[in-house]
This record gives sequence, C-alpha cells and structure tokens, in this order.
Amino acid sequence: MKHEINFTLNGEAVTCAVDIRKSLLEMLRDDFELTGTKEGCGVGECGACSVIIDGRTVDSCIYLAVWADGKAITTIEGIAQSDGQLAPIQAAFIEAGAVQCGFCIPGMVLASDQLLKDHAQLSRAEIRRGLSGNMCRCTGYQKIIDAVQLADAKRQADPKTVVLPHFKIEQ
Amino acid sequence: MAQKHIIGQAESRWDAIAKVKGQANYTGDFPIKNLLHGKILHATIAHGYVTSYDISEAEKVPGVLKILLPEDLPQIKYSTAGHPWNLEPKKRDIEDRTMLTRHVRVYGDDIGAVIAKTPLAAKQALSKIKVTYDTYPVYLTPKQAMALDAKRIHEERDNVIASTAVGFGDVNQGLDEADFVLHRQLHTPVQLHAHLENQVATAFQSEDQRYTCISSTQIPHICRRIVAQANGLPWSLVRVKKPFIGGGFGNKQDVTIEPLAVAMSKAMGGKPVQINLTREESLAYTRTRHAIDYDVKLGVKKDGTITALDMQVLSNQGGYASHGHAIGGKGGTFINALYKMNSLNYGAKTVYTNIATAGAMRGYGMPQVIFALECVIDDAADKIGMDPIEFRLKNHQPDGFYNELSHTKQQDFRIGDCLKQGPEAFKWQAKVQQAKAFNQLQGPTRRGVGIAAFSFGTATYPFGLETSGARLILLPDGSFKLMVGATEIGQGADTALSQMAADTLGVPFESIIRDAITDTDTDPFDTGAYASRQTYIAGYAIRDAAEKMRKMIIQRAAATFDIRGEFMDIVDGNIVSVSDGDLITTVKDMAQASYFDWQTAKTMVAESSVNIHNNSYASGCTLAEVEVDLQTGKIKLLSLMNVHDSGKIINPLLAAGQVEGGMAMSAGYGLNEGLVYDELGRPMNNNLLDYKLPTTMDLPDLDEIFVETKDPLGPYGNKALGENPTCSPAPAIRNAVKNAVGVGIDTIPLTPESVYDALQAAKAPKGVS
Ligand code: FES
Ligand code: FES
Repeated sequence: MKHEINFTLNGEAVTCAVDIRKSLLEMLRDDFELTGTKEGCGVGECGACSVIIDGRTVDSCIYLAVWADGKAITTIEGIAQSDGQLAPIQAAFIEAGAVQCGFCIPGMVLASDQLLKDHAQLSRAEIRRGLSGNMCRCTGYQKIIDAVQLADAKRQADPKTVVLPHFKIEQ
Repeated sequence: MAQKHIIGQAESRWDAIAKVKGQANYTGDFPIKNLLHGKILHATIAHGYVTSYDISEAEKVPGVLKILLPEDLPQIKYSTAGHPWNLEPKKRDIEDRTMLTRHVRVYGDDIGAVIAKTPLAAKQALSKIKVTYDTYPVYLTPKQAMALDAKRIHEERDNVIASTAVGFGDVNQGLDEADFVLHRQLHTPVQLHAHLENQVATAFQSEDQRYTCISSTQIPHICRRIVAQANGLPWSLVRVKKPFIGGGFGNKQDVTIEPLAVAMSKAMGGKPVQINLTREESLAYTRTRHAIDYDVKLGVKKDGTITALDMQVLSNQGGYASHGHAIGGKGGTFINALYKMNSLNYGAKTVYTNIATAGAMRGYGMPQVIFALECVIDDAADKIGMDPIEFRLKNHQPDGFYNELSHTKQQDFRIGDCLKQGPEAFKWQAKVQQAKAFNQLQGPTRRGVGIAAFSFGTATYPFGLETSGARLILLPDGSFKLMVGATEIGQGADTALSQMAADTLGVPFESIIRDAITDTDTDPFDTGAYASRQTYIAGYAIRDAAEKMRKMIIQRAAATFDIRGEFMDIVDGNIVSVSDGDLITTVKDMAQASYFDWQTAKTMVAESSVNIHNNSYASGCTLAEVEVDLQTGKIKLLSLMNVHDSGKIINPLLAAGQVEGGMAMSAGYGLNEGLVYDELGRPMNNNLLDYKLPTTMDLPDLDEIFVETKDPLGPYGNKALGENPTCSPAPAIRNAVKNAVGVGIDTIPLTPESVYDALQAAKAPKGVS
C-alpha cells in the first residue's frame, strides 16, 4: 500500500507516494536516488544511515518513510553549498585525514555537523559522546574526532562560519 | 630548481571529496535497470545433510522467479581463497566447495537460493522453503574434530587438513638447560572483520554476451578467475569491476558471493541479479579470523637468555579450507624474525570444524601468534625479575639478521629503535611511577602499563607469487592517467601509488589521475589488496612505468630542443636544465606535441610488469596503559601507542590513519570482540549490538610514532604498514592488565567477566577452585 507524503528534502519541497512498509533509508535510496546514505546494518546499530530530521540525528533505517511527512530532512547530498562548495565540516574531515573507506563517512559528517550546531563549543569527550552512535571500522575514530575539533576551532576563530541551527522542534 | 619530493607528504586522498559529499559510488549504489534480487537459503544446522527440500509454497510467493537447489548449479569444486593461481596442482588451495551444497558443514551453509523481483519477495520465499536434514555430530573445536571417532567433515580428507613443524636446535635440551620453564595455554577468539559495507555483488550479461560482476572485492583479478572456475566458464568470459569499497580487512579477499551472483544471472538468461548480504549474514556466514589455541613452553635463564621455545598450535579452520594452513602455519618464521633463542619448535595443525570458515583477516595469523608469544615473553621477564623492555632489548634480533626459516636477510630491521624510542615517547617510566602511586591509594581500581613487540613481512615472498603491473598514459594537457590492478579498499593505496608516480615523473601530485573503478578488462594484472603488499609490489611496477614515461618525455624534449637528454630533468611539471635549472619546456607542451604535432605526433604510454623476489621485514611495538576495576573486572584503556619500523612513510597522514584503525581493531580483539557459538554450532552474536566493535567511547586518543628509515629494498624505501598495527595492541593490553592486577590472563577477549573470574581464581586459596 502506498501513502502520499510531503516533506522538505535538502531544502526542497517534495512529494512522494511511498510504500508504507519502507524505511526512510529505502525511500531516500530507491525513490530519490540519494545513495549517499548508506546501510551498514539496517537495524539501528551502526549509524551509517544517519540523516538529520528536524535538527536531530536519526538512523534512517529504523525510521518509517511515512513519518517523514511534514518534516525537514537533510542528507549528505544536502550539506554542501548550492554552488558545490563544501560545508566546513566536510572540509575539516578532508583536512584532518578522517576519511578512509568512506562508508561510515556520510553518517559521521551529518552527525558531526548536527553536533556542532547543537553546541557552541565542544570538548573531545563531548565529541566522543556525540558520535558514539556512529561506528567506523577503519579509523579508530582518532582523525574523525580531530576533524570535529578542527571545525569547532575554525568557527571559534571565525564567527562568520557559524551556521545557525536548522529548524528544530523543542520538546 | 630542486626536485619537490612528493613521497613523504601528507597529500589528501584523491577520493576524500567524493566521500564527504556522498558522491562516491559503492557496489550497491549503481542504478541498474530491472535489477533482480538474489538471496541465499542458509542451513539451520551446523553439520549434516539435506535429505529433501519442499519449495512448493515458496514458489507461490508473488515476485519469486526462480529457486535454485544445489543440483541446479555446476558441481565444480573450487576454493574461495584469494591467492594467485598456482600452476602446480599440488600447491593449490584446497578445492572443497561448490556454490550450493546439500552437505552442511557450518551453520548458515549455502544450501539453496531464491531469485525474485524484490528483496522482500525473496526473503518471504526463503521463509517458506521446508528443509529436512540428517544431522551429524557438531565439532566446535579442533580437539573435538580430531577425536578418533570424529566424523570427517569432508569425506575426501582428514579433519586435520595440514600439519607442519618448523624450527631449529634441540628444544628438549633447551628446556633442560633453562633455569625456568614457563608452560602456558593461550586462546584467541573468532574475530570478525565487520567492515561497514556488507558483501554485495551485482552480475549481468553485458552487450558482448560475457558476464560482468560488480563487486566489493579486494582482489578483482583473482575474483574473475574464481567466478569463472566455479561456473565452468573460460576466464575471459568474466569481467569484474570493483568500485569504491566500504572496507574489507581480508574478508573480501575471499570470493564468497560473486560466483553465485553470476550463476543467478546465468539462470535468469543474463538479467542483472544482485546479492546484498545482510549484516547478520556477513558477520556469521562469510569469513572470520581463525581462533587458535597455543600450547607453549618457554625456557629462560636467569640472565635472560631464551634457551627454548616450543609452540604447539591448533588452528580452528571452520567448515571449509579457504586460506587454510597458510595462517596457522605461519608463526615460526616471524618468531625467529623477532627474538634470538637457542632452539625453536613451531608445530601447527589446521583443523576443519563446524564453525564459520576462517579466512584472511588483517594480520593473517600474526595477531594470534604475537598474542601468544608476547604473553609468554612478558611472563618470562617477570619470572626472572627483569624489566619487560630490557628483556626484549636483550633478546631481539639485530639489524641484518639472516632468517634461515624464510631465507630472508632482515635488512634495516629496526625493532631495537622501536623498543627504545617507543617507551620514551610514551613516557613509560613516568607512567610506571604514576601507576605505582595510584595503586598505593588502594582504591577500587588498579593501573598498569604493558608492552608487546612484533615482526611482520612485506608481501608474501618466498611463499607466494608477487606480481604487479602498472600503466601510465600521458594525457593531452600534461596530466597522467595511472592504471593499476592494485586495489583501493579504503586504505589509501591509490593516493600512495599516485604519489609514487608523481615523485618519479617529477610532476605535481595533482597531475596523476586515478580511477574509482578497478576493471579486470582494462587494468593491468595485480593480485590485489592483501599481505600489506601493494605499496611495495605495485610500487616497483609504478616506479618502472614512471621511469619509462619520464625517459620518453625527455627524449621528445631532447629531439625538439636539440639538447642531450642527460642535461634535462623534470621538476614540478617543468623540463629544466640540470646545470642551471633554466626552464626548457614543460611536460604540458610535450604532451600537446605528442598528440597534435603534424610531423611528430605519437602518444605516450608506459607499461610495466614486475615479479618480485624479495621481502623487507617490518617490526614495531605497542605500549598500553590501563585501569582495571577490581570489583567488576572492567578494563579502561587509558592510553595506547604504536611504534612502527616500516621504512619510509609514503604519506604520514594516511599512514597514521591506518595505524590508528589497526590499533582500534586490535584493542577490540583484546577487550571485547569474539563470535560465540552455542553447543549446536549456532552463532549467538552475529549483529553489531552483541558483537562489540569499539565505539568512540571505548577508545582513548590513539598515538603512533614511526621509526623512519629508508628500506634498502623497498621501491621508495617503504615496507609493510597496512596490517602491522593489528599485531601487538592486544598483548600489550593483556600485559598492562597483568601489571595492574598481578594476574596474566591467557585467553582474549578480556571481557569484564573473564577478568573478574581470573581475579577471583587468583584470590582463592591454593587447592580450592
Ligand atoms: S544502517 Fe541504520 S543504523 Fe546501521
Ligand atoms: S572510514 Fe571506513 S568505516 Fe569509517
């Protein structure tokens, strides 16, 4: 059975008649061909499928597609600027050498970006806690944490790069 | 103008931008029209025989197109191990499997398959297939499978698939002469690779009526051969393409699902079929790190001389031979590479059992043997009251040692430097004092420090064939297309190899263009990503091709400008005069002329292929600091440092990343990871919730230093680094725990339960358990 939903995807208003059994991950990959979002487990264990929904990092594999109705969703394809310039967190991942196989990276980048948006300043311990839901088998996390710290340091040095939080629901 | 060296620079990996943008396509990301989905029917017993299938209900599921049983596919036996083909039949990997089987040897064995229009339909059909089995006794350990009355797991051969012994000297005499003999039994667990991308393969008939298989493989060229063999096809009828790959760590050095993917496409008249394993399948039903049991006797004198080492090894192979004895049989050479001793006997058996098939995993047997060795070495130091670092410094092999077990001279072997510089950088002495002061407080926790050393070969010579090819094409704008069969699997090989090409050519790093896809139809032959071989073996091929290309460019410039070639050099993309550095022309101008000059146009391609008959031994050590909770047995890792003797470091940023990832993998090995089975051979924790990968919260900041020299043999002074970092962290952590609580635990992982039990046992009065 299909159900029509309307939501904002990477800043654009979209409509989709989606199979009600599908996960958000499946809808993003199959119906929108946004294959930057990866599946590492399909059951909410690894964080590879992380996307941002209304200012929160969510495992899209255990989030029903129909729940996206009315929400604002950001995927890895949606955080660079429209002219293709990398977001500060993407640039920091490259500079810090945080990327290896890259399979965890879309989820890591999004989770890191949201973490930065949620905190005016971050300690390494806070970064560790904030990224604890995202697994990586390649890096030992060292350079991923370095990357988030680098992005944090850069925005402290240059307040212009501070990006205001996305639309966020307070509970 | 001075040559700008690109070797040794922290160049950003060329694929990082695509990866942070979500633009990098992995096997599952390619849009393929009318894609069908294949799923495997896994056995629900660990040992037995399928007497019947009832597929009548499954066939009725809407969307199901075909159900395959073993009889429907070729019955050709093959091996999945990613080794080069051997022309001598006796030396080939054991060919003991077919794509689908009625003989069940492991829980989850591939006993059937479904092809459907959607993954869901395939799954529903699987659940409706009824299977009846004859069941046989299940053997979980080598000892059980070696019992006199044990049934053969494969009718054609004994459960002990290989048994070897290497060594020198008289071990019995050595043990007699020792002041102390330590006798230990040590056990390592079934570790899982747990690459974030599960195995996935898509196969289809291409326009030319051959079969293309897009796959997340570490070994495209070997994959082509094995797919063809299993399906009874000429090798040239198969083409393998490897796009970006989400980690492999050795698991994708076995050709597990690709033959079946191609067989499914064939069964569907060439339509595209994808097999995309679930996390649970990938963890339990592909390959693992061999669990190995060690029975060790070490003889030591009061002055620290090692008189004898006797190590008896039982390697748990699981249900199929895969890489087989190559792993369990490997340790003797590298023990000899690391320490001096009067006598050595390393006897190893590899034994079929009914747990998951073990294959290659990062370190290829070394993490196991180094764990066993470094526990006993550390305990020997304690026994004679010698500092553990001093004991190792006294006994390590010197630079230039000739290893008679591998006929290899260990040139530029820097373990001594590692053991000196590492503790200094780690502030070992200060940490020892801090731990003492901390422990005097008699709080609920204890602190300790530990060390472990290792040796590691580069590539597989003299045991395996080492060939590689490279091709450089000069493009019209003066950049170069680099084509190699060496495989990028996330480790950064492509970036390191591009740096090599740029360095030898004398052009900027950015002038080298790589490809996201390795393609067996177009890329030169190379056996692939394993054995920490690529920067070494492919490095020679790239150096040769780049030197040829450089010569061709200079020749053209020499002819154009009437200057002798030897008077010219290429620096940063410019062709300059050697004597005064004056600009003569540019690589770009020569490239343009090579394409478009009316008289002389002739494009430039340089090709090379090498067969390498040398090996450079690497070494290193790990230093660990831990805090152990006496009440719960929980270990907190406070600091961890790896020290590496890996020759010249091609790219320090990528190298550090490799080391940190390897340290994390080995910390997990020592502390948390292990696939466990119930008595029926059913895996109990094949998911990422119950199989404990380290998360950000489980690790401290990871440190590494490189004792950097230039290896005299390595093409750019480099030697192995990819796997080395996984060798020594686990035993260093174990030794640190011993230092903290006074109990050496010989079975990993050191879970809170096992540490708690060991502490209780140590407390119990002697004679009472
Ligand atoms: S794929 Fe969603 S958490 Fe692993
Ligand atoms: S970079 Fe490979 S899993 Fe994180």
